[in-house]
Amino acid sequence: MTNLSGKCAIVGMGETTVGKRPDATTNSLHLEAIKACLEDAGIKASQVDGLLTNQPLNDSHRSYAVKLAHMAGINAGFATDLALGGATPIAMVQHAVMAIEAGMATTVMCVHARKRATPDPTPGHSIRRGDEHWEEPWGHFAAAGGHAFAAQRHMYEYGTKSEDLAHIAVSTRKHASLNKNATLRKPITIEDHQQSRMIVAPLHLLDCSLESDGGGAVLVTSVERARDFPKRPIAILGMGQHHPHFSLLDAPTLTTLGGKKSSEMAYRMAGLGPKDMDFAEIYDCFTITALITLEDYGFCAKGDGKDFVKDGRIGLGGELPLNTHGGLLSQAHLEGQLHITEAVKQLRGNEVEPERQVANAKVGIVSGHGGSLAMHATLILGAL
Amino acid sequence: MSKTQDERGRAARRGQPFLDEPEAKPFWAKLREHRLTAQRCSSCKKIFTFPPQALCPHCLASDYEWVILCGKGKVYSCVTYHRPWHPAYQDKIPYNVSLIDLDEGGRIVSNVVDCPPDEVRIGMAVEVVYEDLPEYTLPKFRPVKSA
Repeated sequence: MTNLSGKCAIVGMGETTVGKRPDATTNSLHLEAIKACLEDAGIKASQVDGLLTNQPLNDSHRSYAVKLAHMAGINAGFATDLALGGATPIAMVQHAVMAIEAGMATTVMCVHARKRATPDPTPGHSIRRGDEHWEEPWGHFAAAGGHAFAAQRHMYEYGTKSEDLAHIAVSTRKHASLNKNATLRKPITIEDHQQSRMIVAPLHLLDCSLESDGGGAVLVTSVERARDFPKRPIAILGMGQHHPHFSLLDAPTLTTLGGKKSSEMAYRMAGLGPKDMDFAEIYDCFTITALITLEDYGFCAKGDGKDFVKDGRIGLGGELPLNTHGGLLSQAHLEGQLHITEAVKQLRGNEVEPERQVANAKVGIVSGHGGSLAMHATLILGAL
Repeated sequence: MSKTQDERGRAARRGQPFLDEPEAKPFWAKLREHRLTAQRCSSCKKIFTFPPQALCPHCLASDYEWVILCGKGKVYSCVTYHRPWHPAYQDKIPYNVSLIDLDEGGRIVSNVVDCPPDEVRIGMAVEVVYEDLPEYTLPKFRPVKSA
């Protein structure tokens, strides 16, 4: 088996403005993200020969990737929709690497957009997560409920408290306050978190991520071709996935998730470990998700997340700057697409507001997480 | 889209079970008789996980039987909904939702009733009670009173 570490690189990235985009549609946000990515990479749509996307949440129709490729003028030899929820953006990059190494494409656009803050006038049917009819009859409706189950277990097994989770919300908001393209930029305190209303106890409002409009894209090619692109290429060093359950009903545990094996796979491929990471962009649909993932990724022992997230350790200038863009909690929830673009910007080194640039960022880790805490994907990226 | 899939989608949107799902039909029928049942594999003898499925999730054998469970279990995790995601829950908040690990095996989503939501605890011993609604019966759970 060939080790694909460092064989491919991200050579372009695009982000739309995020937040409320009442005039946009799911389609227009995807196209905006593709356009921004092509401009960043300095190439034309006709030079792209692969496209990967997520099934649109508002319109779960077939082969959206093919439709989108043609809407954007991309004549794709490789295209498909992936469907791993919030693990999809990372999985797209992984599939792009595999397609390039298999000789099925040379230059692959990975794009995801969603329209959840304002109504999407485009006709369609919203996608189902699956198995809702075994949850909703008892009033269990929301992602917040599933993650509250995990938070409750973590509190029971390891003594984690709501105040501990607050540190993640506060630090993430501080980073968002420095990001011009973030939805919520007003700093918050631990007390604000504790006083925010309960959504699904033990999770407060400020444990929960945003509903957003926006899109993002990255362009993947081989490292050989990467040298022809204008921006500093960002190497794909490690990749992993793990999906240890589908439903809360068959989850072996809710306090160690797919991130453990997924990160082990990525570390092994990259020949690196948690201590080598200069920053982490960790999927934070809820504060508890980030806490569990930090533990699963080996940044601290299982159960020690409650201490790890304190004392500025996860802030800019700390031991492991976490979600330097403001994450899903405060920047925007585009299912982690912007965790990838943010990592690319940090590693390029001159593309974010200077006050939120991680000094000497050489290697970073990115996580994706989807479904009922079920799906997980990991990327390790490095500056070339 | 077949009519069945379409009906399933609409039922899910209403927050109701899909009573005619082929694998689950006996489960809902037995609840009408106040019997909580699960599939047990005829080959490896293990209780299936929920939701019901056609082949054993442990060994993929295709023969199973529906067995009546004792109706006792323990709370694996519990939360309190303070926000109604569905209009029917507007006057029910705050309410408990729990994951119940059944004594014989298998876990289901349910509600612990006869107990204030903030007094439900992980590990709490519970037993089934049946809530009869016009079209179906839901299994719910109440704390087991210590003798």
